[in-house]
Amino acid sequence: MAYPPAAHSSPPRQPSVKVILAAADVTRVVDRIAHQILEKTQGAADTVLLGIPTRGVPLARRLAARISTFEDVTVPVGVLDITLYRDDLRRHATRAVGPTELPPGGIDGRRVILVDDVLFSGRTVRAALDALSDVGRPASVQLAVLVDRGHRQLPIRADYVGKNIPTALAESVKVTLAETDGADEVRLHGGAA
Amino acid sequence: MIRHLLSGADLDAATATEILDTAAEMATVAGREVKKLPALRGRTVVNLFYEDSTRTRISFEAAAKRLSADVINFSAKGSSVAKGESLKDTALTLQAMGADAVVVRHPASGAPHRLANWVDGSVVNAGDGTHEHPTQALLDAYTMRSRLGRLDGLHVAIVGDVLHSRVARSNVLLLSTLGAKVTLVGPPTLIPVDISPALAPGTDVSYDLDAVLPGVDVVMMLRVQRERMNDSYFPSAREYARRYGLDGPRMRRLPGHAIVMHPGPMNRGMEITPEVADSPRSTIVEQVANGVSVRMAVLYLLLGGNNR
Repeated sequence: MAYPPAAHSSPPRQPSVKVILAAADVTRVVDRIAHQILEKTQGAADTVLLGIPTRGVPLARRLAARISTFEDVTVPVGVLDITLYRDDLRRHATRAVGPTELPPGGIDGRRVILVDDVLFSGRTVRAALDALSDVGRPASVQLAVLVDRGHRQLPIRADYVGKNIPTALAESVKVTLAETDGADEVRLHGGAA
Repeated sequence: MIRHLLSGADLDAATATEILDTAAEMATVAGREVKKLPALRGRTVVNLFYEDSTRTRISFEAAAKRLSADVINFSAKGSSVAKGESLKDTALTLQAMGADAVVVRHPASGAPHRLANWVDGSVVNAGDGTHEHPTQALLDAYTMRSRLGRLDGLHVAIVGDVLHSRVARSNVLLLSTLGAKVTLVGPPTLIPVDISPALAPGTDVSYDLDAVLPGVDVVMMLRVQRERMNDSYFPSAREYARRYGLDGPRMRRLPGHAIVMHPGPMNRGMEITPEVADSPRSTIVEQVANGVSVRMAVLYLLLGGNNR
C-alpha cells in the first residue's frame, strides 16, 4: 500500500551548494592571516608552521610564502600527521598513516602554529596537540584555520580564522585547494536551501 | 585489510606495499624522544611462543609496546603446555582473556592456521615449523627497498638450507608478488623438489653459488638448521661452507651495489664468515631494527581500525 501524498508537498529538495569563498577570496583570506600572524608574533620570529594533512599542508606552505613576501622572513614549514592520535580510529577501517615532517630546526622552544582548513568539532586539533607533545615541546601553540564552522565539541578555539561560517550540523563545508584539488574554493553543501 | 597474517601469500602487492609504507612512518618513531604511539591503547597482544626465539619475540614485544598495546608473553616452557595442554585449550584460554591479537610461533607447520579458526582476534604467524614466517619476509623486503630503492626487478639469491627454511618460503612468495626475481641456491638435498613453477612463477634453482653471485642485487644467506635435520643432507660442515658459505672472496664477486642479508641467528664460519657478516654490505643489524617497524605496521593495520 502506498502512502497518500502529503497535503502540500514541497518540491523535491535539491542538494544545495553555496560558494562561500571563491578563488580570489581564498587568496585574500590567506594574505590576511599571514598579516595577522606577523602582527601577533612580532614578525614571525622563532615561529614554525605545521600543516595538518591533507589541506592544512598546502595552506601552511602558502602562509609561509606570503609571510616571506611581506616581511622577508623565512618561516619553517612542517607536516604533522595525526592519524595515530585520532579518537575515532576504532570506529573506521584502518586508516593509512601519513608522514610527519618536522623542519630541520625542530619545534622545541619555538612558537608552533598549527594550520588546518576547517575547524569543526575540535577533535582534529585535540589529536594534533597530543601528536605535538610526542614530537617535541614547543614554547607555545597557536591555531590558524581557513574556515571556522562552529559546533565545537571540545574547549578549543582558533587564534587566526580566515572566515567564520555559521552552519547547521547537517550541512558540510568543503574546502578545495589548487594543490590538492585543482582549484581554490570553499563551498557549503546540504541543509535547507 | 586482511584479518590474519599467516602466509606471505596472504598479501597482494597493494597490501604488502601499504605495510612497507606504514613501516617507513613507524620507523621515524624510533628516532623520537617519546618512542610511543597511542594507536593500540587498550588492546591486548599475546605472544604465544612454542619455540625458542630471541629477536622475533622481542621484536613483536617492542612493536606492540611502542603502539601502547598491552603485551602478554607466553612461552611453552614453564606453562601448562608442559603439563600437556593442547593448542586448542590454550587458544580458548587466550580467547577468554580477551586477546585482540595472537602472535604465534610453533614447531608444527600450519599451527597458526588452526589457531585462526579458534580465536576471534587476529593471528600473526611468527614462524610455523618449516612452513612460513611472513613478517620476516616483510622486513627483508623493507630492508631491500630502503637500501636499494626498489623491489620491482631486483634479483635475489636465497642461499643454503631452503628445505627447512620458513624464511625462504615466505620470501619467495612475497618477493615474487612484489616483482623481484628469486634464485634458490643450495645443495640438491636442501632444495625442495617441488618448489619452482607452482609456488612462485619465475623462481629459479641453481646448485652453483659462484655462478649466481655476479648477477644478483641481494644475496640472502640462510641458517643451516641442524635442529630440524634428522638425516645427513651434506657430507660435512666444512664441505658445505666451502661450496655454499659466503666468504670474503665470494663476496667480492658480487656487483658493487649488492647487499648481504641473513635472518639470524648466524652460524659464523658455516654459511657466512665474520668478514662478510661485519662488512658494510651486510644488513644483518639493520634487519633487526627494521623488524620492529615492520611489525608495528602489521599490528597497526590488523588492529588499528574496526576491521571485524
